[in-house]
Amino acid sequence: MTSVVYSESEDRHATPRDYLSGGWSIRSWLLTVDHKRIAWLYAVSITGFFFFGSAAALLIRLELISPAGDLLSAESYNKLFSLHGIVMVWFFLIPSIPATLGNFLLPMMIGARDMAFPKLNLLSWYIYTLGGIFTLAAVIAGGVDTGWTFYTPYSTLFSNSAVLAAATGVFIVGFSSILTGINFIVTTHTMRAPGLSWLRLPLFVWANYATGLVMVLATPVLAITLVLIALERALGIGIFDPALGGDPLLFQHLFWFYSHPAVYIMILPAMGVVSEIIPCFSRNPIFGYMGMVLSIMAIALFGFVVWGHHMFVSGQSMYAGILFSFFSFLVAIPSAIKTLNWTATLFRGQISFSVSMIYALSFLELFTVGGLTGVFLAALALDVHLHDTYFITAHFHYIMVGGAVTGYMGGLHFWWPKLTGRMYSRPWATVAALALLIGLNLTFYPQFLLGYAGMPRRYHSYPEEFEILHVLSSLGAGVLALGYLLPLIYLSWSLRHGEKSGPNPWDATGLEWQTASPPPVHNFAETPVVTEKPYAYK
Amino acid sequence: MSEQAIEDPQVGLQLIPQQGSEYAVQVDHLYYALLGISGLLMAILAGLVVVFAARYRRTLGRGRGKLLSDRSGRRVEIGFALSLCAAFIGLFFWASQLYLKLYGEPATDIVIDVVAKQWMWKFQHPDGTREINTLHLPVGETVQLRITSQDVVHSLSFPAFRLKRDAVPGMYTTAQFTPIRTGESHLFCAEYCGTDHSRMRGKVVVMNQTDYQRWLAGQGDAPSPADAGEQLFQSYGCSGCHKPGDATLAPELAGIFGKPVPLASGETVVADEAYIRDSILQPQKQLVAGYQPIMPSYSGQISEEEILQIISYIQSLTPGDQND
Ligand code: HEM
Ligand SMILES: [Cu+2]
Repeated sequence: MTSVVYSESEDRHATPRDYLSGGWSIRSWLLTVDHKRIAWLYAVSITGFFFFGSAAALLIRLELISPAGDLLSAESYNKLFSLHGIVMVWFFLIPSIPATLGNFLLPMMIGARDMAFPKLNLLSWYIYTLGGIFTLAAVIAGGVDTGWTFYTPYSTLFSNSAVLAAATGVFIVGFSSILTGINFIVTTHTMRAPGLSWLRLPLFVWANYATGLVMVLATPVLAITLVLIALERALGIGIFDPALGGDPLLFQHLFWFYSHPAVYIMILPAMGVVSEIIPCFSRNPIFGYMGMVLSIMAIALFGFVVWGHHMFVSGQSMYAGILFSFFSFLVAIPSAIKTLNWTATLFRGQISFSVSMIYALSFLELFTVGGLTGVFLAALALDVHLHDTYFITAHFHYIMVGGAVTGYMGGLHFWWPKLTGRMYSRPWATVAALALLIGLNLTFYPQFLLGYAGMPRRYHSYPEEFEILHVLSSLGAGVLALGYLLPLIYLSWSLRHGEKSGPNPWDATGLEWQTASPPPVHNFAETPVVTEKPYAYK
Repeated sequence: MSEQAIEDPQVGLQLIPQQGSEYAVQVDHLYYALLGISGLLMAILAGLVVVFAARYRRTLGRGRGKLLSDRSGRRVEIGFALSLCAAFIGLFFWASQLYLKLYGEPATDIVIDVVAKQWMWKFQHPDGTREINTLHLPVGETVQLRITSQDVVHSLSFPAFRLKRDAVPGMYTTAQFTPIRTGESHLFCAEYCGTDHSRMRGKVVVMNQTDYQRWLAGQGDAPSPADAGEQLFQSYGCSGCHKPGDATLAPELAGIFGKPVPLASGETVVADEAYIRDSILQPQKQLVAGYQPIMPSYSGQISEEEILQIISYIQSLTPGDQND
């Protein structure tokens, strides 16, 4: 590295400016091409959407406390769960870890100064925002009542709500996802520091790389599907309309061809986060690094051949159902191996219960429950009974909320000192992490029971005998809300008042910990050289 | 229309719903097996985490222990993966074989036609009796459901029979089951279908044979679907071209059900429900070899229930029937 990186004074070179001290003007944020600042732009926007989606969820749970469905009208109820799903899936879960932590950390973890395409990175945030505006416009225009799945012919011929605006929002946000994916792939391929071979990459990098691949390969199918919906709704081209010779099941195939892999877009990054936290707080290298890498890639790959398991009762051919069932069992195996390896990493370590470790261990419990119940659903005859009941709702919430969101929270707490240079209140954070674990189980466990008892999902009123389980679930949602609100408060507080953390408060390995906190604009004063495997904990 | 009162059966909270059929018992066995396996795995996982957390806590001040060698690590992983594979293959076969029972080849002649629409379930019994949102059935009799939808996708769900099947517009789906005990149980729509989705529910009432016959008798005399279909066949003018015993203008329909039909395009299709429905609504889509495209489309004029009745009529014909 040459001597004139920071031209203003020699002194600057010794301690380069950190990325936050470059100013707080609106301009300096909205026109930045620094991956670290872009990560913050995303963090603020997705947090907004998260709390918006959560408010809808709380209303839904409030409504379901009583079987009569008397708080909201059926129509508003349907619009609420649709918005909840659309916002949570496309505006929170899919971008969450990759766009925030991934954006911030990926270049640092591979010893690079930025992403391969910094301007594209900023553009993808603008596209995300534009998509968000369309979706909010749909809300203002009265909402949308199709569910996040937009099944035809309901969405194309029957719904009188703002389907076009909502679908346009989702269509647009897909491009942001594709751009992020491309950036991750190219960055990982071309910008690794000297000595950082593929098998020395931290698993968080591997996970985001695989996520990038899935984003780039799957999202175009979603885009096509949404265009077809728009054409059908506006012009009646008839591709999904049986009266015009169209095929209503075609939509379901196209939709799940994207949306099942999307599930892995959500969970792989969280797996990456957990794979960083557990070694650090057990002072052990990760157990079975090679097995972990292979599992990540296997999950990304097999994720593409199981979409038909959403359609076991749809009228698709029985033999297709059997094939999809087989692949669904197959995709459970790499996830199980990962769980084994995380647990085995604890063996003979020196375990400490930092806040992020509590999140990581919660993830382990919640993801395992989600994964095991996935096996119930892969088993054909059982899925027939459970499909579209509360069992499904519980299953995917254990994975998406218990897995993906808990992983995100864990990552946020793990890297917070790196992001901000400050520590947060440990007691409060511990309380929040425990509230999340308890709240989540209390909210979603009763839903498994409801599901087997037969309670269908997306019901605004229901038979009386299900009331008690719904009440428990709503109570849990209250506790869970606490688990998500508290961090908002103490993390914001720490931005100003938190203790200074120093560059590496957890004594972690990984290149991102070898530079100042918060990091300098160009991440490293000198390009680091890597000489050993990751997780070299002694 | 949606403001009709919902008649839920009074069944109380049952975490394992009533086992209304032998099949339900078998599905529950699979459920118990999976619960057992999952419970065991969860207990092992939680147990290991707790034991490790207690024994290897950092505050104990012990150093890190000796790690497993790469080789033994790999053995653990592979052994684990292989035992999972074995368990999964077993479960896969078990569950698939049950699935084939539910949706597979029909083992009965008793067909109940089901038409879903926003927001009600319409049933028609083989003797012609119709009902809405409630289905009466005799105990011990295997019935096949033949399901379609008039508008959007719905899904017929009978938790007590562990049965669920989508009702898809333009398609016929089937499922079969045999009630083994009398009593009431839930009937739901399980696929989100619009505003009153949650009101699209009711009950299944299984009765003993005598009660069932008495109930049927009290429902008035509707013509059976096949008889009603014959009427429609006349009144829609189908019989004008499809003259019994005369296949000059249009193909002979007696005996075609379930048989392969050669098409003008050179392909062959099996004349099933979907084929007959298509021939009524989009006659030009699949032309039978050797005939002119002169049949008009009945699209928009004929209801799903009527189509089902005409199908029943055609199904009831055997070659020779029409020769009189
Ligand atoms: C990796 C994380 C996973 C996530 C995020 C996830 C998410 C989801 C979601 C969102 C649905 C709901 C579909 C709907 O709206 O109807 C679903 C259904 C399903 N999942 Fe998962 N899942 C995951 C893992 C698994 C695994 C490991 C399996 C199989 C072993 C599995 C099997 C199924 C099946 C069979 C269904 C279809 C159930 C039905 O619709 O009846 N999932 N999953
Ligand atoms: Cu319905």
